[in-house]
Amino acid sequence: MRARLGFLGVNAALALLAALTLFPLAWMISASLMAPGEANNYPPPLLPTSATLENYRVLFAEHGLVRQVFNSLLISLFATLLSLAFNLSAGYAFAKLRFWGRERIFRLLLGALVIPAQITMMPLFFMLKRMGLVNTTPGVLVPWLASVVGIYLVREYARSIPDELLEAARMDGAGEGRIFLKVVLPLLKPIMVTLAVLAFMLSWNDFMWPLVVLTDREMQTLPVALATLSREHVQDVELMMAGAVITVLPVLLIFFALQRYYMQGLLAGSVKG
Amino acid sequence: MKPRQAAWLFVAPALLAIAVFFVVPVAAALVMSGTDFDIYALADLRNVRFIWLDNYLQLLQRPLFWQALLNTLFFVVVGVPLSVAVSLVAALLLNSPLALFKGFHRTALFVPVVATLAAVAVTWRFLLHTRYGLLNYGLSSLGFSPIDWLGNPRWAMPAIMLLSVWKNFGYNMIILLAGLQAIPGEQYEAARLDGAGPLAVLRHITIPALGPMLLMVSILTMAAHFQLFAEPYMMTQGGPAQRTVTVLYLMYEEGFKWWSLGTGSAVAFVLFLFMFGFTVLQVTVSRRWGTA
Repeated sequence: MRARLGFLGVNAALALLAALTLFPLAWMISASLMAPGEANNYPPPLLPTSATLENYRVLFAEHGLVRQVFNSLLISLFATLLSLAFNLSAGYAFAKLRFWGRERIFRLLLGALVIPAQITMMPLFFMLKRMGLVNTTPGVLVPWLASVVGIYLVREYARSIPDELLEAARMDGAGEGRIFLKVVLPLLKPIMVTLAVLAFMLSWNDFMWPLVVLTDREMQTLPVALATLSREHVQDVELMMAGAVITVLPVLLIFFALQRYYMQGLLAGSVKG
Repeated sequence: MKPRQAAWLFVAPALLAIAVFFVVPVAAALVMSGTDFDIYALADLRNVRFIWLDNYLQLLQRPLFWQALLNTLFFVVVGVPLSVAVSLVAALLLNSPLALFKGFHRTALFVPVVATLAAVAVTWRFLLHTRYGLLNYGLSSLGFSPIDWLGNPRWAMPAIMLLSVWKNFGYNMIILLAGLQAIPGEQYEAARLDGAGPLAVLRHITIPALGPMLLMVSILTMAAHFQLFAEPYMMTQGGPAQRTVTVLYLMYEEGFKWWSLGTGSAVAFVLFLFMFGFTVLQVTVSRRWGTA
């Protein structure tokens, strides 16, 4: 009897928690399919009386949201590539190659994590303004070049590569660049996927820096454009929900497809303390 | 090429990027916070004058600065324990041997973490609507009168906290779940043989074993809470009655709305000092209690 009560209690609590958690996202999708004005009723409707894609059409046809979808995709793809290029090589070197001050530099990098990145925003903005990079794609990408967490993730993973493997390649006369490309990178494939997923999703969801740097609507990413739109269309619930769906959909799809890699990165990265 | 030289080629791009786009700006921000850097200085650096600690001293005299500090501390002091508690409950439920569909539930509870904040913030703004919001509808069917969540100075920050807990608890849940799974089963077995009930097991075995992990999770959560910005920007724009102006929101307004980059930098350093101080405090307290 007690065991049965425990079983019921645990599963009821879990189901309730999951339902509460998923509800706002489900309502977002449902409201995005409602006719204009339909959500502003009492009692508030849960489902559209007849589902319509009108809100999506208006967003693309009248508000030209294609442009911001393209901006977001471009920025996130570049951020992913940059993150891979900078962090893979550095993480590998910190794990496997000997050089002067290796441990000390790495400890300094980890120490720098206590400094909130927002401190850099004002000087960085001034710097980019001087370089003519305000309101440009390279300007938004600057913070995504190299990251301490990225280097840390790759370093942790690369430490498992046996030294004998690298030594054998050196004995065969392979140069360091060749060893990195032909021996190391294939072994780092899982962490490459993790790093790529994290970089894509973090840069896609990023809000404050794009808000600061991208002043023209034409240049904005989806989250920033959504903020601007939602200030102009406070009453248009259904339209805003369609915008919200377009904004979250890509990251959710990537997450569902590559969840395993994402979770690995989360667990490894959180050990940084 | 020798491995040693190659090593430098491998790390140089990343170190250079971090130096130019992080280390130098941090140092520059410190200098900037001692100047009257404004919109004229953006155009021509000759318009900058050193005013040393004036930005900091002036901040201390502004009611809005204290309000922002108070709002942020409220969000941290109430929000962090709340968020960690929900994460712990969710992790315990998922770790229970009785739980069904663990994989599905784990994913479902985690989804808000990856969802774009701007998108879920607009969604919540409508869910929290006084008349047409589903939250008030749910409350009214339980017999409560409607609350003007985002329009009432007393409720705006708690409403943001609600969104924040919903959005973020999944992250710590995954970390704590990994910690729970690492506790050896014999410990539970021994406790059960001693006749300990579920609450006693939680208090004497689970929580102590999770100690170091709980400390780490709360430090990370605290750092994130101190950096609250996008939620008030999307949902309340600092209002009502400036009750959701956070330190970072103040920095944004000073730096990028009024273009007082000097004042903005000073605000940023105050934020850093608080984050650092609270982290040290938390580590010290938990050392004394012997959990770390």
